Amino acid sequence: MNNKLAWLYMVPAALFLGVFLIYPTFSTIALSFFGPRSVEFVGLANYRSVLTSSAVLSALRNNLLWLAIMPTATVALGLVLAAILDRVRYEAIVKAIVFLPMSISFVGASVIWKFVYAYRPASRPQIGLLNAILARLGFEPIGWLAVRPWVNNLALITVGIWVWTGFCVVILSAAYKGVPRELVEAARIDGASEFQIFWHVILPHMRGTIAITFTTMVIYVLKIFDIVYVMTNGAFDTEVLASRMIKEMFGYWNYGSAAAIATLLLLLVIPFLTISMLRFLREER
Amino acid sequence: MTKDKILLKLVYALLAWVSLVSGAQATPRDSVTVMTLWGGKELEAFEGILDAFEKRTEVAVRVESAGRDLSILLMARLEAGNPPDLAVIPNPGQMRELARRGHLIPLDFLEPRGYPKAFIESAQFCGRQYGLFLSADAKSLVWYRPRLFKEGGYEIPRSWSDMVALSKRMATEGKTPWSIGLESGAASGWPGTDWIEDIFLRLHGPDAYDRWVEHEISWQNPLVKEAWETFGQILFNEDYVFGGIMGCLSINFADAALELFTEPPGCLMHRQGTFMQSFIRGNYPLLAPGRDYNVFPLPSIKGGGPAPLVASGDLISAFRDTREVRDLLSYLASPEAQSMWAKAAGKLALHVDVPISAYSDPISAKAAELLTTAEVVKFDASDMMPAVVGSGAFWTGILDYASGMKLDDVLARIENAAQRAYKGGQVLR
Repeated sequence: MNNKLAWLYMVPAALFLGVFLIYPTFSTIALSFFGPRSVEFVGLANYRSVLTSSAVLSALRNNLLWLAIMPTATVALGLVLAAILDRVRYEAIVKAIVFLPMSISFVGASVIWKFVYAYRPASRPQIGLLNAILARLGFEPIGWLAVRPWVNNLALITVGIWVWTGFCVVILSAAYKGVPRELVEAARIDGASEFQIFWHVILPHMRGTIAITFTTMVIYVLKIFDIVYVMTNGAFDTEVLASRMIKEMFGYWNYGSAAAIATLLLLLVIPFLTISMLRFLREER
Repeated sequence: MTKDKILLKLVYALLAWVSLVSGAQATPRDSVTVMTLWGGKELEAFEGILDAFEKRTEVAVRVESAGRDLSILLMARLEAGNPPDLAVIPNPGQMRELARRGHLIPLDFLEPRGYPKAFIESAQFCGRQYGLFLSADAKSLVWYRPRLFKEGGYEIPRSWSDMVALSKRMATEGKTPWSIGLESGAASGWPGTDWIEDIFLRLHGPDAYDRWVEHEISWQNPLVKEAWETFGQILFNEDYVFGGIMGCLSINFADAALELFTEPPGCLMHRQGTFMQSFIRGNYPLLAPGRDYNVFPLPSIKGGGPAPLVASGDLISAFRDTREVRDLLSYLASPEAQSMWAKAAGKLALHVDVPISAYSDPISAKAAELLTTAEVVKFDASDMMPAVVGSGAFWTGILDYASGMKLDDVLARIENAAQRAYKGGQVLR
């Protein structure tokens, strides 16, 4: 009886997930085996064409670059800030400021940063913050979004870090405060240095939260779209898989290859999802 | 239609519904809906033309402006089975794609006699007419300021080598000959494709141009490479372009033209189509076209003959075959409606029966004359190509090239995209 009731309670959620998550997932996978108009079965042709397309390969490379930098940078920054801010009186204010970018839409943030990176020839007044500073210091302006392959991609990743660091700080700071004070006291009495305390006492206690935060960042980064779409639309080798997918779908009306890219993205996310699910289950137990 | 697409269709239906809410009740019988990408002055001009039709026929024409998201909204409406009666299509490449998918009504009932050949052919798919051009823009024009040319003692160049020599002379006198703005938001790169098209047509003639458009010539062919390199000789010369190469990459295409008018001028010449006049007028309403600024045709490269012309235009296609749709299309093809376009500054009429005197400003009149008298008029190549190339790889290719990628790699990339796009014959399913 109880069991049946539980199932009954699950029905709305299951229906919702079924219609809006599970069905589209399988439908997308199915579409990836059909032609541009989803009429003709083409087997693996979409995957072959997507994986030999230089545009998609460059997008894949960039996704890996984002993956290598952004999760590590946001989590590390978040951790450092959480540890430092714990010791100051105006912690709440600083945290609020760091968290503020989270409350701006990503499109809004991208537009803001487009102005920060704006370039004008040296003979004209600079309207971009960074180039205005460079000009004031007597340097030549830099085309932040056009200099490939490092400057522009790092400039975009910086925006992502700016947006997400606040999120990491808030989560990690809560975990930091959850570390039992007695342990820290004991370590201090035993003569451990502040760094040793952080490394050997606090960090191990925060491991679970750090891992969750990191996986959240990884999954977000794999889906990264808004920043690239608004700021460069993938020009100068800054394309990522999600922006490529939108182009194939709405720009070129090719449902087959768009679905193939979507499936590829799904495959990339699955290992990280599995890891975080397993960890979650273990902690539940 | 497969079962798997039901969800996609739900999303589309939602989108279509949203677009409908913006201006619609159920369409009465004797009315026509037209989806357009225009806003502002162009929309006003179009509505003015429609007013005359509405008065005469008592058919109500409802205009839905979808702006730059037109192709997304249009696809949504099509998938939801609720397309507008007519839509202004951004370019012939997309029109062909819609025709290939069987969405369009062939316009056999129209006989666009009196239209230039390029504008009939580029609205065809498999030999049948699927689109009607409403108006045209001439592209191969160089804007300049007569006063500055007079002060510098510069002559209008008659050949490409004259033009390069003139650029060199301006540069040695400490002036900047050109301003090229490649930035255009999500469409960045397109202003460069116009240069390549103009140069290719001048170097290799109309037949090779057609074969290039149809991908019978590979992007890695030396003919294509030569066109890019010729463009590169201007683009990469830091003394020839305003702001150097990083300026070209960062300056918006519309702002680039305005460099002609700064003090001191950022550039002395600017290659851009007729539509630039409305930008210039918007920023400098007091300057007189023809006197304070003017255009000369981009000169030919080979031979001393008259320069060929690259043109583009706005075309309209039909999704439903009703009497009202046919009436409206016939009206839009008439010299009467066409001459109303001519009066709305910046747009060129296509019908030969529209006299040059119908234009309200000397620059449009000059461009219209070029359009009717030029021996070779070709439609903008990137607009004709499949979107993957024409509004994808070709655009980004320009940006790749300008930002320092090796030309061979740039062309290999475009070729890679083209092989995916053109492959598989006519019908994609």
